[in-house]
Amino acid sequence: MPVVETPVTLTPASAGLTDAEVHRIRNDFPILGTEVNGKPLIYLDSGATSQNPLSVMEAEQEFYEQRNAAVHRGAHTLAVDATEAYEDARTAVARFIGARTNELVWTSNATEGINLVAYAMSNAALGRGGAAARRFAVGPGDNIVVTEMEHHANLIPWQELAARTGAELRFLPVGDDGSLRLEDAAAIITPSTRLVAFSHASNVLGTINPVGELVQLARAVGALTLLDACQSVPHLPVDVKDLGVDFLVFSGHKMLGPTGIGALYGRAELLNAMPPFLTGGSMITTVTMERAEYLPSPNRFEAGTQRISQAIALGAAANYLSETGMHHIEAWESRLGARLVEGLGAIEGIRVLGPAAGLPRIGLAAFDVDGVHAHDVGQFLDDQGIAVRVGHHCAQPLHRRFGLTATTRASTYLYNTTDEVDAFLDAVAQVRPFFGAQR
Amino acid sequence: MSTGLEQLYQQIILDHAKARHGSPLREYDGAGRSGESRQLNPVCGDEITLRAGVADGTVASVTWDGAGCAISMASASVLTDLVQGLPRDEVISLVDAFREVMRSRGRIEADEEVLGDAAAFSGVSRFPARVKCAMLAWVALEESLLAANG
Repeated sequence: MPVVETPVTLTPASAGLTDAEVHRIRNDFPILGTEVNGKPLIYLDSGATSQNPLSVMEAEQEFYEQRNAAVHRGAHTLAVDATEAYEDARTAVARFIGARTNELVWTSNATEGINLVAYAMSNAALGRGGAAARRFAVGPGDNIVVTEMEHHANLIPWQELAARTGAELRFLPVGDDGSLRLEDAAAIITPSTRLVAFSHASNVLGTINPVGELVQLARAVGALTLLDACQSVPHLPVDVKDLGVDFLVFSGHKMLGPTGIGALYGRAELLNAMPPFLTGGSMITTVTMERAEYLPSPNRFEAGTQRISQAIALGAAANYLSETGMHHIEAWESRLGARLVEGLGAIEGIRVLGPAAGLPRIGLAAFDVDGVHAHDVGQFLDDQGIAVRVGHHCAQPLHRRFGLTATTRASTYLYNTTDEVDAFLDAVAQVRPFFGAQR
Repeated sequence: MSTGLEQLYQQIILDHAKARHGSPLREYDGAGRSGESRQLNPVCGDEITLRAGVADGTVASVTWDGAGCAISMASASVLTDLVQGLPRDEVISLVDAFREVMRSRGRIEADEEVLGDAAAFSGVSRFPARVKCAMLAWVALEESLLAANG
């Protein structure tokens, strides 16, 4: 199969997309032209799931119409074509994040990627993988460090790993300004820390975490690092080698791809030493009735028939984003994010979580409306065709830390316009009067 | 504002969401027995803890603590006004009648003669995502009455 290892060429940094370019982009997304409750849809929930461009849907359909076959088995032409398309997609997605092809493992989603590492570590703790895997083992006296701003997906697998192995789970606290309290890190990340797992960008606060500093702190004590990049890979240029993390996970459906596909990046040296999580067909070299030997990465982590059409569609999504230019998307969304935060801050009774106006944030804002529950805010906005997310956004501990149970979150993507952000702000300004919440 | 939204958030619902009759939760020190139930909607974090006191087959008292949306809080307030002083068996049929309206997807209009102010929640049944909000206090009452039965 053709494997081309050239780095992807990104468009140089600029002021971002223009209004005209965004309107052209919108034509690629049929759903953005639909109406909801008799109003044009304003989709501000891409942090939960993004919409799909035609090229992604066509890639999936084209696969089923012309190449559908199982991959990595069978010698017939369709099987060869399917395998080639599947592996080309892996190369495209790996290049999109600056990884080598054998460093990108397909998973169902980011959650599965995190669980894969957590279960590989407990398998290592049980002695699986032999001496080479000892570096992944955790047990009593060791600790695992997460942060207070994690999505439940990057918290509960580590709670469970700690419970299974007797290791201790620690967390880096979040300050009132929505940034990690790095001044506390030295007391938390210690020589007995085996792994530091943290998000690149917070799905609630919009904070972009200092990956380099945390990687340095982890490396200094010999700990591994895992980055939850669900809210960064779709929105910012991400290069795993520049970041220096050991593992990184992300989801396809948040980056214009379909649901059911995500990926785990790991440094090749680590992945080839790590015991598998799911086992079965397609991940082995030799099998006897007593034991089996495993393929190198990535196949050793891909047991069973894989998500072929989804992987191919995710490859098309990565190509769409590369062609648009991640630097352009980052700059555009940073503009939208700033407009959201400034606009919300100007409305009476609104409290925005996360970095203050003027400080870096990704293109999302979660906020509390004084006197109105988030569920009611979301209902009011939906009536005007505006889709936002309400609730705890799978981050209950973080909400509790800010004294809240639920917030409303607007999250943007490359296809959102400044007019949409303004229409959203106008609607939010009507919420408290409607519910009689003004004093 | 669409009429759909105004049907959902009728004035009586917005008023009860603020008034919260029956809140806060209190110890039951009357005759008979009491039962308590905590209900949670994990989707949005709405929660309620409700205590019902039953004496001589009559629901003598309903008190509750809750945090949640206007629909869930107003529903608890309206329910408190409606059921206090009614025979236990009648309250159980009211819960069933309310549940039937809520699950009807707009097909059944509540009978105001039977459900009183709770009939204002008829509009909620057209919003499937909100039915659980409206039902939260009623489920808590049902469980509390079971618990009070011992």
